Amino acid sequence: MNLEVMKDYLPLFGEALWLTFWIGWLGILLSFVIGFVTALIRHYHIPVLQRIAGFYIELFRNTPLLVQLFFIYFGLPKLGLSLSAEFCGILGLALLGGAYMAETFRSGLLTVEKTQIESAMSLGMKKGQVLRLVVLPEAISVSIPGFTANVIFLLKETSVFSAISLMDLMFTAKDLIGLYYKTAECLTLLVIFYLIILLPVSFFGSYLERRVRHAGFGD
Amino acid sequence: MPDLGIDVLFKGTNAKRLLEGLWVSVRISLISVAISLTLGVVVGILMTKRQKAIRILTRGYLEIVRFMPQMVLLFIVFFGTTRVFGWNLDAEFAAVVVFSFWGVAEMADLTRGALISIPKHQYESAEALGFSGRQTYFLIIVPQTVRRLIPLSINLITRMIKTTSLVMMIGVVEVLKVGQQIIEANRKSSPNAAFGVYATVFVLYFLVCWPISLFAKHLEKKWAVE
Repeated sequence: MNLEVMKDYLPLFGEALWLTFWIGWLGILLSFVIGFVTALIRHYHIPVLQRIAGFYIELFRNTPLLVQLFFIYFGLPKLGLSLSAEFCGILGLALLGGAYMAETFRSGLLTVEKTQIESAMSLGMKKGQVLRLVVLPEAISVSIPGFTANVIFLLKETSVFSAISLMDLMFTAKDLIGLYYKTAECLTLLVIFYLIILLPVSFFGSYLERRVRHAGFGD
Repeated sequence: MPDLGIDVLFKGTNAKRLLEGLWVSVRISLISVAISLTLGVVVGILMTKRQKAIRILTRGYLEIVRFMPQMVLLFIVFFGTTRVFGWNLDAEFAAVVVFSFWGVAEMADLTRGALISIPKHQYESAEALGFSGRQTYFLIIVPQTVRRLIPLSINLITRMIKTTSLVMMIGVVEVLKVGQQIIEANRKSSPNAAFGVYATVFVLYFLVCWPISLFAKHLEKKWAVE
């Protein structure tokens, strides 16, 4: 292990970290949006849309991200739909994540007791108020451990981006190993940089979990 | 109707090759699943023990697996250990090692979760009824744990099958790689093959994993604990 070499590689890994970071988080942000919408559609049994949502969830939960990316990045251009690698990465991660977030959030929605909704209604709240002030806060706080697990999972999944030639951490490590054959140094840096991305999420997740879970709801 | 490039699948033995590629993925995951399920249960039981050394060791192992992308683990085993220790590894073997390393941790965590979710009164009631320690374990705790565990471990199987798609990155010729080869070979005759072939691979993975997850969901409902 040569520390000098590792120091030389730091800037390259830094750039890759930035790419993994912004593509990853943009994808995750979108996956939350998709997940919330899909889960609400399914929870409130909106006709037709709930079928589509169900199909989407099954399709993306049962296929690997790598295959999804290959299809989007290499397959779709043949039908005239060319997307940049960055956009494909974000889209793929958002679609995959959306399906997972939807399931997590839906099981959160299911834990909201009927008595909570009935009590809110009998206090004179309108439907929108019940959703906004009672159902959503409870469902979200119950879902937080699941969300954290999903975010960590999705950030780990970004490691396949190198397959569609995005210069992420994996790509950089692979490239440098191929060029200079400093395998141990590159892999060590790779591990360190993934920890830099993932550890804060884990800590923040457990902090949030403690923060919003004041007590059982409706017990 | 644009050319979807599906015709390429019916040329020569292309369809058969693609399915053979799929079998390579499924084979790797089946071997890893078998190892993970058996060893994972053992490690999971160990995790519920109180000894400090065991706790720290298993906890550390679990955290490593939780934080390292499987792709990184694959690279470490396939490129890293071969370089540092100077041995030769078959890519498929390296894949099985990595997926088992990952799967055992996942399975252990599931087992631990299922074991500690058994309420304390189950143990106490058994004791009150005069069951011995071993009887309590095998007649009361294990059957309940297994019911909680089976749907979760079936889900783990689909996750493993999906993760095997990564092995193409260390040079195993599985379904995605075969697809790539077919596309390359037919670049001239069917330029749109990329769409048809990758769509097919997409559907193939779905057809393998979907029934398994449906089955897991079914069992979960059937065995739901009130």
